[in-house]
Formats: sequence, C-alpha cells, structure tokens
Amino acid sequence: MTVFLIISVLALLGLTFWQMSKILKLSKPVSSDDPSIASDKDNKTQAYLLMAFTVFLYVFMFYNFWNYTDLYLPEAASEHGVDYDRLMFISMGVIIFVQMITQFLLHYFGWKYRGKKGQKALFYADNDKLEFIWTIIPVIVLAGLIIYGLFTWSDIMFVDEDEDTLVIEVYAYQFGWKARYSGEDNTLGKANVRFIEGVNTLGVDESDPYAMDDKITTELHLPVNKKVLFKFRSQDVLHSAYFPFHRAQMNVVPGMITQFGFTPTLTTEQMRTTDYMIDKVKELNEIRKQRTKELEAQGEMGLDPYEFDYYLLCNKICGVSHYNMQMKIVVEEEDEYEAWLADQPTFGSTIEKK
Amino acid sequence: MSVNATLNAQDQHHDDGHGHHHKETFITKYIFSQDHKMIAKQFLITGFAMGFVGILMSILFRIQLAWPEQSFYIFELLLGDKYAPDGVMTPDSYLALVTIHGTIMVFFVLTAGLSGTFSNLLIPLQIGARDMASGFMNMVSYWLFFISCVIMISSLFVESGPASAGWTIYPPLSALPEAIPGSGLGMTLWLISMAIFIAQSLIGSLNYIVTVLNLRTKGMSMTRLPLTIWALFVTAIIGVVSFPVLLSAALMLIMDRSFGTSFFLSDIYIKGEVLAHQGGSPVLFEHLFWFLGHPEVYIVILPAMGLVSEIMATNARKPIFGYRAMIASILAIAFLSTIVWGHHMFVSGMNPFLGSVFTFTTLLIAIPSAVKAFNWITTLWKGNLQLNPAMLFSIGFVSTFITGGLTGIILGDSTLDINVHDTYFVIAHFHLVMGISAVYGLLAGVYHWFPKMYGRMMNKNLGYAHFWITAVGAYGVFFPMHFIGLAGLPRRYYTNTAFPYFDDLADVNVLITLFAILTALAQLIFVYNFIVSIFYGRKATQNPWNATTLEWTTPVEHIHGNWPGEIPSVYRWSYDYSKMNRDETDYVIPGQDYVPQHIPLQPNEDELSH
Repeated sequence: MTVFLIISVLALLGLTFWQMSKILKLSKPVSSDDPSIASDKDNKTQAYLLMAFTVFLYVFMFYNFWNYTDLYLPEAASEHGVDYDRLMFISMGVIIFVQMITQFLLHYFGWKYRGKKGQKALFYADNDKLEFIWTIIPVIVLAGLIIYGLFTWSDIMFVDEDEDTLVIEVYAYQFGWKARYSGEDNTLGKANVRFIEGVNTLGVDESDPYAMDDKITTELHLPVNKKVLFKFRSQDVLHSAYFPFHRAQMNVVPGMITQFGFTPTLTTEQMRTTDYMIDKVKELNEIRKQRTKELEAQGEMGLDPYEFDYYLLCNKICGVSHYNMQMKIVVEEEDEYEAWLADQPTFGSTIEKK
Repeated sequence: MSVNATLNAQDQHHDDGHGHHHKETFITKYIFSQDHKMIAKQFLITGFAMGFVGILMSILFRIQLAWPEQSFYIFELLLGDKYAPDGVMTPDSYLALVTIHGTIMVFFVLTAGLSGTFSNLLIPLQIGARDMASGFMNMVSYWLFFISCVIMISSLFVESGPASAGWTIYPPLSALPEAIPGSGLGMTLWLISMAIFIAQSLIGSLNYIVTVLNLRTKGMSMTRLPLTIWALFVTAIIGVVSFPVLLSAALMLIMDRSFGTSFFLSDIYIKGEVLAHQGGSPVLFEHLFWFLGHPEVYIVILPAMGLVSEIMATNARKPIFGYRAMIASILAIAFLSTIVWGHHMFVSGMNPFLGSVFTFTTLLIAIPSAVKAFNWITTLWKGNLQLNPAMLFSIGFVSTFITGGLTGIILGDSTLDINVHDTYFVIAHFHLVMGISAVYGLLAGVYHWFPKMYGRMMNKNLGYAHFWITAVGAYGVFFPMHFIGLAGLPRRYYTNTAFPYFDDLADVNVLITLFAILTALAQLIFVYNFIVSIFYGRKATQNPWNATTLEWTTPVEHIHGNWPGEIPSVYRWSYDYSKMNRDETDYVIPGQDYVPQHIPLQPNEDELSH
C-alpha cells in the first residue's frame, strides 16, 4: 500500500513538473532575444550581485581572522619553533596581501566592465612588459621565501648529535605510543619486532648489553632546554608523530627508523601560566561545563575539567582508533626529570621479573 | 602533408559512408556508440552519478564531524545497522566514507568526468575533425571507465566494507586486512577498479594526443588552437607519463597483499604475530603514488583552466590576455608537475636534502600559476562582460584558484609543512585549489557547451541561483578550515572529542557542516536544471554565445562526422573578439564583435601575430 502511495505521489509530482514546465514555456514572451542568454539587465543584476559577493567574501574573511586567529597554536614551545613561527608569519603576510589585492581586482573588474549593448571591449591581446613584471615579482618574492625556508629547514632537520643530546625512542603501534629512554649508557639497545614476546612489547634485543638499562615508559618526559633527538619506530603501520606545540612532526615507518630533534624551551608549568593558555583553558572549561550540563540532563556522565598538557598525537591514518592515539608529554626542569626517570624500571629488571 | 593526407582520407571515407547509410540502432547510438559527442555525454553523466555518491558521502561524514557520535536517522537509512548501529556512525564507516569520497571525487568525477567529457566533446569539434582518431578505442575507454565505476561502487557492499585506508592507500595499512577491515576484499576491489580506470585513462589519453597532433583541419596550426585544446592535450600527455606509475604501484601492492612479496612491507608485528615480510619500504610506495598523485592534481585542474580561459574570453568579448604566455605556463606547469611529488613527503622520513629540492621545484610552480591568474584578471579588464552562468563560474574559478593556490606557498615550503602537514589546513588548501576550482571549471563547461551537447539551453536563472549559493557555500566550508588546521587539528579523525584541547573547534565544525549541506543542496538545482533542460530546454541557436571556435559552425542537430559538408578551414586564432578594422572605425566584420576562426583575413584587417 505504502509503495503504491509513494509511486502515485511521485507520478503526480512528475505530472505537475511536466505541466508547470509546459505552462512556463507557453507563458514565455515571444522575443528575438533568447532568455537563456544574459541580457543587459542580467549583466547589471549579476554585476551587483558580484559586488555583494565581494563584500560577503571580505566580511567573511575578516570575520574568520577576527574570531579564529586565536585558534592558532600558542607561542612555540621549542627552540626552532620560534623561527618556524616567524617564517609562518611572513609567509602569511605575503599571501594575505596578495589575496586581498587580487580578489578585489578580479571581482571589481567583473562589476566595472559588465556588459552593455554598444559597449566595446578593448582588443588587448598582449603586453610583454606587463607579463614580464608579473613573472618577475613572484620570482623575487618566492626566491626570498625559498631561501629563508631552506635555511630554516636545514637548521631543523640536520641535527648535529653531540654527547649532550638526549636520545629517546618513540615507539608507535595501533593505537598508542611508548617511549624508550637510553639509560645511563646513553645508547639505545637494538630492537626489532621479531623479538616481541611477553613483557618485551617493544621487541628490544635481550642479548644486547646496551638494552639492559633502557627504560620504557608510557609518558614522555623531557627536560627543558636540552636537545632531544627522537628516533621513531613503528610496530605495524605508518603513523606520524605530531608535536603541534613544538612545531615538530615525523612519520613513523615500519621497517626503518626516522628521526627528528628539537629543544623544548617552555615547561608544561610555564605553558600553563601563559596568558594565552589561561584564557584558552578557561574557555574550554566553560564549553565543557555547558556540555556536562547537557549530558547530565540526558543521564550521562559529565566531562572532567581540563588542564593543559602537551601531547603527542598520531597524524597519519592508521586504523579505526587513529583519532585517539595520543601520549602525554611533560616538559619539566632537569631535576624533576631526573627524579621521574629514576623511578622508572629498567628493561633489565622488567624481563628478570618474568 | 601527412596532415592533409589523413584529412582527405577521412573525408573520402565519410563521403563513401553517405551512399549506404548504416542503420543506427538504439544500442549503437546510445550505448556502444563510437561517436565522440555521445561518448562525451556518457562520461559526463557517469561522472555526475559518481559525483552524487561522492558528495553525499562528504555530507554524511561532515554530519558526524559536527555532531560526533550522535544518532541520525539518515545514517541508519544509508549506512545500515552494521555501519551505523542505532544511527551512530562507526569509526570504520567514517574512514571508509572519507576514503571513497576522495577516490571518487579525484578520479571518477574530476579526472574522467571533467577531462573525459570535454576532451571527447571538444577535441574533434574545436580542431575540425570528424571524430577521434579511433572511435573504437574511444568507446572502449568509456566502457572500461564504466566497469571501473561499477566495481568501485560494488566495493561499498562487501561484507568487510570498502577500502578505508585513505584515498592515498599507503601500505602497510592498505596491505593488511589485520590492520583495518577495509583492507580485505574492499581494498582488492579498489585496486582492480583503479587498474581498469588507469587502462581507460591511457587509452583515452593516447587517442586525444594522436587526434590533436594529426587530425587538425587545414590552417589549424598549434598556435591557433583554442586554449581548451592545449590544456586537454597537455593533460593527456601528463596522464600518459604518470598513470602507468600508479599502475605499477598498484600491481606491486597487489603482489604484496596476495602473493607474499615485500615491496612495501618490512618488520611488521600485528595481531600478535610477526609477518614474514622483510626489506620493503612504505616510503617507496609513497614515491610511486605521488609520482602520479601530484601530476594528477594538474590532470584535474588543467582542463578546468582551459575551459575557463575559453569561456572567459568569449564572455568578456576580448581575446584571452597573453595567449602565448598561457600556453607557455601550461607547458611549464606540466613539466614541473612531474618533479614536485616529494612535497607530499617532507616528513615521510625521506632524506631532508630531498625536501630542499622539492621545496625549490614546488615554489617554482607558483610562478606559471601566478602568471595565469594575472592573465585571467587582465582578460576581464576593459571587457564587455556577458555575465552568463558559465562566466560567473569562470570568475569563481579564478577566485578559488587564487585563494587555494596561495596557501600552497605555505604547504610547499618544507619548513612550514612540518606543523600543518595532514591537518585541516591541507584539506582547505586542496579542496579550494583543485576540488572546488575544478568543479567550477566543470560546471562552467557544462553551462557553456550544453547547447552543443543537447541542442538546448539551460535555464539561466536557475544557473544564477546555483552559482551564488555554491559560491557562498564553498567559501563557507573551506575558508574556516584553514584556521582549525592551524590549531593543529589532524585530518581523518573520526571525532575530535578525544582531545579536550580541540573542544573550542566544535562550533567551527558545525558552521562548516551547515555550509556543506547548503552547498550540496544547491547542486540539486543544477541537477534539476540539467535534466529538465535536456528535454524541455529552449532550442539552441547554432552559436548562442557568439563564439569564434569551430564547434559553433556545426549544426545544432548532431550528425555523425560533425559537419554536413566539407570541414571548414581555419584562417586565424580563436580569440578575435572585438578586433577593430584597420581604420579603427568598426569591428573587422561591421556590427559583429567577433570573427570566427573559419573566416579568411578581411581586406581592411591587420594580421597580428600572437
């Protein structure tokens, strides 16, 4: 019955449309001008709509910048991050400038030169000088950005490792992270997934003497102002270790070891007390309070209040729980770090226990 | 000489055909047609059907992102109990939706639907040929495309779900069913579908290249070709260069998946077991994938650029500004597009020195792109703009191409990429610069050449409504995305609620989703307009836009062979709009502001070299 009803409704609708289109066709005025082609009147209306759209576009862009600029991450918490932010700031300045000018010209010309009967377009096919100018200007600007970018890139990526550099392995698996500290000998023991067995979840080579003092942890603690070199290893699929607050990211690739080094400059505590973060956390907690009210009204559990912590997240699609693959990062003073590390069991003691 | 010989042979063949007209049945005319105009329409409508699926999928996952883990009837209805128990989308189905959305939009809509449609329609018509070099291969190309569509769609219905490793299908995730359910049969079907897709693309592209090189009519030198043809021709060349590499990557992935090889796999421990694979590298796959993947975005955007250049000149009643610079920039973009793939891999673990090289080549490609943008803007300057829907979409194209292109300067810089890689900033960038822009190009092309395809006009006012809602909606969706990307929000997250830090982005996500729904609904206006106009649109005149190119010299009613009599010869370039006579008193042809390509040089006209 329902099927029949639906079919008859559809049929009636179809009939209506057909009739309407017939009527529309008959009611069209007979004129030599094809109403499917823009007339002078259309050109005018559309040109003004184009202007209205331009206003919308600029207002919308302005609205976005006004409201969403403070969504940008807080000041960089790493040494190279300062350079990163400066380069970002300059590049953004350049592109916003170009965006504002070109969008205006494009839409303004669209309005200004709207078609009118009898108006003659200018036959203007070439101008070598003009084209040379707008080839050479991007060349110069881009050359500047490229050179600046490449110097920064080399500084960031080519880490000169010295005795003081702290080497930490970051180990990724579906769906979590582990950290392995190299211990007193400052050398990570060999590892391969083929050694994974029982408590040895990272596949550390039990016969390697360097491995015995390694420490495996579920939180990443870093001493402030000390260069850290991360060695990334994956157990299963591609992951990406993304440290947004430290302006650092590197893919984690099964079968090879990738690396990234940076020097954290702000402790978790320092970051929490920046104006930016105080405001941000306050705002977030407002949102969470609101949400909690709604949830409790539905008889569900509320949300915990939020306190800022650095985190490491996975930024390469890795499976169903990709969206929740995170590790807490604690950046602290050297002595706090040492104290924390001293509490962690060594790999040697872990395997003895079994 | 050889060109003329071929042409004559074709003419003769055609004349022979007149004597004994082969009867066209429904099947040879509408289904297994070898006529390029019919094949173009087949590509277009198949592309639209796929686009419908792709856009619908994006709406589904946008709803999930705006209101995470809430129950919606539409999920229950469309995804079923397994993928949306109680109407709540599962993480599996979210990943499957984003994967198939990307695949469909990039390959099936914007590659086949855009370049397939307009290469087929315009190449023979605009160069003055009776048909493609091989009508049969052209037909095979379409039907392979159709088969690959059917396989891709059928993968949505397999037990373990469709491919869900992202449209870039990086192994090991895509190679191991243990890693994600979608990497089972769904992934196999994805790979088969893509292998067939690549075959159709190669057959089509070779045909386009041969046709452009050999079947141009008398007088149609390469420097008299409309920019559409240049763009489509170069697109075909890039396709031939890069698609085979994807095929090799796909074959190696099939080997790794099914025959125990280790091209991309090494040292993997999954579900409590160590796999035997040893010595492969996922980074190798990334290189192979992006060796196609990057040129692919130019395969998508170049045809749109060509269509827009043509439509803009016609509707501005002005020659395209800097014709030779436009050709040079198409060639430069095409060349550079094959040596920039590494900018997708700055943080993949490849040697940082390579990162420097790819930053350099990537930022170089901004130069020809900038030249094109400036030239389009100058084309509008002092024009007599006829603001038809096609023209508005062309202006919209330039706008989104600039907005999206500029952020490429951020992403192409290896340093800056570090912190925005794989965030929503990237989503915003590529959707604007290649997604929305290419769709605008496609829509502009449909509005403009609809009379050529169906002999009828599309409704203008519905076209306007369609454009304005789309234009507002597209910026509404993608502009705010830059900012949530800069907040460090990664893409492909089922929900952002696992990180309280992202809680304040929820509002932005709702705004984006509302704009997305609005924009998607606006496309229904277009669908209605398209279908109704095919049957009830106003009958088109032969040259409704007063354009100069050859396709408008063919009769409105389609005939096999395009021109009833001889193929017209060409005496000029395709941009003689508003050209004045020698004494600057009137247009070259008095009272008519354009001179079609087949009109010989007039007595009071200066010949200009462009």
